[in-house]
Amino acid sequence: MPKNSNIFTLKIGGEAGQGQQVAGLTFAKACARGGLYTYDYSEYPSRIRGGLVTYQISVGPEPVYAAYYDVNLMICLSKLSFDHCKNELVSGAVVFYDSDKFKIEQSELPKDKNIKLYPLPLATIVKEATLKPITTNSIAIGAVAAMLDFNIELLNSMMRDIFASKGKEVIDMNIKAIKTGFDYATQNSNPKEFKYDLKTKPEKSAKGGPASGGKDKVVITANEAVVLGSIAAGCKFMSAYPMTPASSILHYAAKWAERSGMIVKQPEDEISAIHMAIGAGYAGVRSMTCTSGGGFALMAEGVALAALTETPVVIAESQRPGPATGLPTWGGQEDLRFIANVGHGDFIRIVLAPGDAKEAMFLTPWAFNLAEKYQVPVVILLDKFISEGHESVDELVTTNVKIDRGKILTQEQLDKIKDYKRYELTADGISSRAFPGMKGGVHIANSDEHDEHGFTIEAFDAEMRIKQQDRRYKKLPSIIKELPKPRFYGSKSAKTTLIGWGSVKGAVLEAMKALPADKFNFIHFTAVAPIDAEEVKKLIKGSKKLWLIESNKTGQFGDLLKENLNIEFDNKILKYTGIPFFPEELIEKLK
Amino acid sequence: MAKPQDFNTHVTPTWCPGCGNFGLWQGFKESLSELGLEPHQIAMVFDIGCCGNGVNWHNLYGFHSLHGRTVPVAEAIKMANHNLKVIAASGDGGGYGEGGNHFLHGCRMNFDITLLIHNNQIYGLTTGQASPTTDTGMETKTTPSGQLEQPFHPLQVAIPQGASFVARTFAGDIKHCKEIFKQAIEHKGFSLVDVLQPCITWNKVNTFQWYKERIYKLEDENWNTKDKDAALIKAGEWGEKIPIGVLYVGDQSSYESQLPQIKDKSLVEQGVTSGDISEFLEEFK
Repeated sequence: MPKNSNIFTLKIGGEAGQGQQVAGLTFAKACARGGLYTYDYSEYPSRIRGGLVTYQISVGPEPVYAAYYDVNLMICLSKLSFDHCKNELVSGAVVFYDSDKFKIEQSELPKDKNIKLYPLPLATIVKEATLKPITTNSIAIGAVAAMLDFNIELLNSMMRDIFASKGKEVIDMNIKAIKTGFDYATQNSNPKEFKYDLKTKPEKSAKGGPASGGKDKVVITANEAVVLGSIAAGCKFMSAYPMTPASSILHYAAKWAERSGMIVKQPEDEISAIHMAIGAGYAGVRSMTCTSGGGFALMAEGVALAALTETPVVIAESQRPGPATGLPTWGGQEDLRFIANVGHGDFIRIVLAPGDAKEAMFLTPWAFNLAEKYQVPVVILLDKFISEGHESVDELVTTNVKIDRGKILTQEQLDKIKDYKRYELTADGISSRAFPGMKGGVHIANSDEHDEHGFTIEAFDAEMRIKQQDRRYKKLPSIIKELPKPRFYGSKSAKTTLIGWGSVKGAVLEAMKALPADKFNFIHFTAVAPIDAEEVKKLIKGSKKLWLIESNKTGQFGDLLKENLNIEFDNKILKYTGIPFFPEELIEKLK
Repeated sequence: MAKPQDFNTHVTPTWCPGCGNFGLWQGFKESLSELGLEPHQIAMVFDIGCCGNGVNWHNLYGFHSLHGRTVPVAEAIKMANHNLKVIAASGDGGGYGEGGNHFLHGCRMNFDITLLIHNNQIYGLTTGQASPTTDTGMETKTTPSGQLEQPFHPLQVAIPQGASFVARTFAGDIKHCKEIFKQAIEHKGFSLVDVLQPCITWNKVNTFQWYKERIYKLEDENWNTKDKDAALIKAGEWGEKIPIGVLYVGDQSSYESQLPQIKDKSLVEQGVTSGDISEFLEEFK
């Protein structure tokens, strides 16, 4: 595969439980503190110990939107990780392997690539330096720093922060381990021959001492951004049942709950989770739940309940490949059609699909506003790639989060209303909410079709049924107007227009960097349901050829567009391996 | 102060004439009135079925949920606004069957909510199928040769599962219903009231007469509601003699009373304002 020369990729492979993800993330943050940009991707099996776990991180001087396939430097903590990943090594790559545990023969290296193989006997190094075995990851990261001429003080600053609560002894031991790994690699390999370095800034601190690194960037996943976005949106209630790859949403919300003031509840199942979120929304607070496809299947009836009772609820769904248990720790975009049609009966489903952490951060408050203003369920659709992939971004904008709760009556307003109607037939389709506890607002929030007060009707009153169903659909044009618009990237005059949504964004933007501007442009959707047909027509008006890109088998979003616009695609790039698109493979396909 | 009839709406109940639900309903309204509650202070979550249809003639904040889904909705209402009296009402099918998992875990979560089960040992609105509490051997539409399963014993499940108030009453005794409901609503924790409530249309076995011949009141025997082990055994008494009254009262704290987030004010009173995330962002640097 061709490679983008501005990008360096490190891969750490080993068994589950060896801490490569923590080590990798430490390196990622050190890079970000040094002014570099990173994007990472981790593969792991559905087990806690053993097996194969890899962590890869691509680093560059400009923003990096996806992890690259080609590996320049690899740390192998198990033989299996070498065997599995050796074909990803590019010409001139360097491999360190834990020679105290296993051996790699020169003959096992890919031919004609001039790959350098260096033993890194971790147990021996630990023993000789009188360190503790727990520091092996710090030693490995030290070796990486040596190869890259990387400012070691940035790693030290990470150790001081990570182990702040563990005390000076632990900090000093890890700083020593980094230095030990750095020195070992310097003496026993040949960093000068390695053609990559990672020049960080600032080289020195203002006072002339060693740089401790600026903290102007955050290294963050979309899941973490959803939690931050929900706090910024004033969400005070989350009920969720753990499911990979959505679980970290629940973990972060729970970890911060007492400080953020959010009540975070893990109930007995996903059915309870969505009904709790609905109960809290009905009572008058902003509420959400999160899950993956299998859990969302259990929530389906609840989404319909929210729709008919017109209770706002936000659901973050992070996709993994299905059907059934599918590939539990891998990624894909296979739930779109299910979600866009979830629940029985006719009702409006809003689905927002951020393409990265930054978009997750600002689309989350957007989702809450749409849910409350239009009194509908809103899904934030993520997938493993962005839910677990850390991206370094210039600091997220946290101020000016606008909160729009729509039509909510105050007690004072309610006092002036003689005959409050929760489901009043209004011109814009939106009826005012009153919350339990308010005087004069008593009504039925009814899962049966109902009249303006909420009393159950039967189809003997067909006229009211039509009026209520039509009223709810009156919201649709206003909703469509308020959805985030698809974004156009690249030159208008390009030969091919690529259409995608959600997480494919990163790899496409990386591929665009490497290809001439006239090859293709890109329309990225963050609102995938309902479809704003007029807006799409405008955007594709000048397009010569339409290509679709999605991480699923059938081109689900393409079919949704076809349904709404009757358009055909000239080509479809579809991947459903559970692994994300890499920039290199797109460059091959699009060049 | 609200009178029992203030909890009526303009809707006439659709229950069959003579349904056990009428006595239960009267006792319920009287309990609300005697507790000094106003309609707007109560949020009540209804299941689907004959009990659930009652949402239309209860003048209070009614939430008509889906089948089996009363408890989680009620629990969340309590977390969001603990100033409300929160009640869930369901039949034996929704409460113990479709919502069985919520019941099981609702007991041990111990939110300050009251769960009223209209237990008639049969499915009413779906026209006479076996329910979780149908006695072994009973012939129903779905068990024409007799029910093969053992019946579910809700009280015997609720006590070890952590419910802090466990009681049974009988719809044929309005005064008893009222007294039990009052105690259940006042209790600070998960209160289960299993109401024996004859279905005169579909259950020709467990009739008013059948119950009257069997029930006896625990309060007449100076029952010690603090003795958990004895309560568990008593809860299994079924057949020739059936106890009604309060079986067990525990003193464990309710879930929401332990939440620091709502120590000073309910979530609803706190309102919706943008939270400051700057301190959390530090973790990602």
